[in-house]
Amino acid sequence: MTAAAERHRGRKPGAHIAVTGVSHRFRRNATYALTDVDFEIQPCEAVALVGRSGCGKSTLLHIMSGLTTPTKGEIRLDGALVKGPSPECVVMFQQPHLFPWMTVAQSVGLGLKFAGRPKKEIEARVRELLALVELDGYEKRNVQELSGGQQQRVALARSLAVHPEVLFLDEPFSALDLVTRRALQQDVRRIATEIGITLVIVTHDIPEAVTMADRAIVMAPNPGRIFDIVPIDLDDADRAERRPAAQAAQERLQKSFEGASGRSVELAAARQAGGETLRLAAAGQR
Amino acid sequence: MSAEAIDGAALARFESETRARKVGDASRGAGFALIGLAVLLAVWWFGGKIIADNPATANFAGFAPAPTFEKLWEMLKSGFAWRMTWPSLMRIGAGLAWAIAIGVPLGIVIGRFRAAREASSVPFQFLRMISPLAWMPIAVLAFPSWDRAIIFLIGVAAVWPILFSTAHGFRRIDPAWFKVGRNLGARPWHMLFTIIMPAIAQDALAGIRLAVGVAWIVLVPAEFLGVTSGLGYSINDARDALEYDRLAATVVIIGVIGFSLDWICERAIRRASWAREE
Ligand SMILES: Nc1ncnc2c1ncn2[C@@H]1O[C@H](COP(=O)(O)OP(=O)(O)OP(=O)(O)O)[C@@H](O)[C@H]1O
Ligand SMILES: [Mg+2]
Repeated sequence: MTAAAERHRGRKPGAHIAVTGVSHRFRRNATYALTDVDFEIQPCEAVALVGRSGCGKSTLLHIMSGLTTPTKGEIRLDGALVKGPSPECVVMFQQPHLFPWMTVAQSVGLGLKFAGRPKKEIEARVRELLALVELDGYEKRNVQELSGGQQQRVALARSLAVHPEVLFLDEPFSALDLVTRRALQQDVRRIATEIGITLVIVTHDIPEAVTMADRAIVMAPNPGRIFDIVPIDLDDADRAERRPAAQAAQERLQKSFEGASGRSVELAAARQAGGETLRLAAAGQR
Repeated sequence: MSAEAIDGAALARFESETRARKVGDASRGAGFALIGLAVLLAVWWFGGKIIADNPATANFAGFAPAPTFEKLWEMLKSGFAWRMTWPSLMRIGAGLAWAIAIGVPLGIVIGRFRAAREASSVPFQFLRMISPLAWMPIAVLAFPSWDRAIIFLIGVAAVWPILFSTAHGFRRIDPAWFKVGRNLGARPWHMLFTIIMPAIAQDALAGIRLAVGVAWIVLVPAEFLGVTSGLGYSINDARDALEYDRLAATVVIIGVIGFSLDWICERAIRRASWAREE
């Protein structure tokens, strides 16, 4: 993290993110989807948000990216309050959500077009990014003529084209086959370190978190909250799935993950048992 | 990379095969179309013959194919055909332009805002069901010239399919596209021109195609009144002059132009459509 920041001295490195006192309740829901979430992400760090389905990972990601305004609390990007979505922190969703009438080049250059950049610059940037995601020569293809993995790579290139400081990923590879998924996980981490951006990855895949992140924030459901923070201090070479170091990290994370989801199960069971005894006691008194 | 090269070769082969199949389909389609046209001509010729052979109706022999096409050729050569078609095309063009200028933005608003949709649903369905020609007396009172009254009638006929198709197209937009747009820094006009417009183009054009059909049908009766130019007027005029060959030739012109307009719309829809078949 700081090492990566060092490497990018001179250029503006990925942003620092501060999440303070964030709670969120959806309008029609009685309960909070997130309560009192506090944490910090260092510039150029890669952080995974893991936890069971429904624990508020996507909600937190949308709040951090400015697409959703939290009920309480605030997000600061390099100290500046986040008030809405901006190309400084782009989101890659579970589906690539490409515009089906566009070519690959048009898709990748879209953010730059919105920013009013000159045509020449857009063309050059598109070529650069397609090389980065290994899709050189695909400029003129319609996006519908690509495979799922290629479409996700176009979405990645589109996100990176606008020179973001943070890249948010919401289970971006879960629709892909294992081999493509692993390749993309490594690619995204490599690219993020190369160009120096902060990464936030939502996932419930433990190996994915270990491959991609420097740190995993484990979340617990009902209401959504931070349960644990697990550091993943590995060299990139050690992140390959079969390395013992990676497996040890996976086990640690797995344990925490189970703790986060299991404990609430135990808690519920205990509460139920407690209720039972209370009722029995009340019956005994009568 | 080599796997992709193989993919490329396979793709090229597949594409050429599909193209061959498409060419085959097209020539077969053209064959059937010719047969259909021949049947239509035969029926027309036969009807003309019955009319000509019956002394009671012999005056109407001009309706038969031979005199019709003879007259049509003469009208084309003298430029008369063009002189009476041009005003009609101008009127339909102006009416459609108004209908598009009003129908597309209104359709977007109705597709976008639920309240607008619910509030407008009953009044719009009510207005839509009124024959455009029923507006004729009002149009004549409201507009200073017959020309403008006709343009108004065409606009009234054409606006509904455009409006409803556009609204329908808007509602089919994937909400995630707006999220992606906002995230990449799209301003409202970017949303409109780079996301909404291409997304609804196909549906809006389908509405315009329907509108062209309705407008072309409304045009002829609208031109029966007041004006002294255009295809509708020409039909009335030919009837009054008992020139049945001219009347039939005008009908042919109306059919051919209507067919061409529809064909143009169909091509435009195909160009605007972004959905790929698998
Ligand atoms: N738009 C919404 N309106 C109301 N409730 C919502 C909405 N989106 C999410 N929720 C609720 O908020 C909670 C957290 O949802 P969220 O999508 O953040 O979970 P998640 O951790 O991303 O789950 P998954 O791993 O399945 O994607 C869930 O209980 C969900 O039902
Ligand atoms: Mg989610």
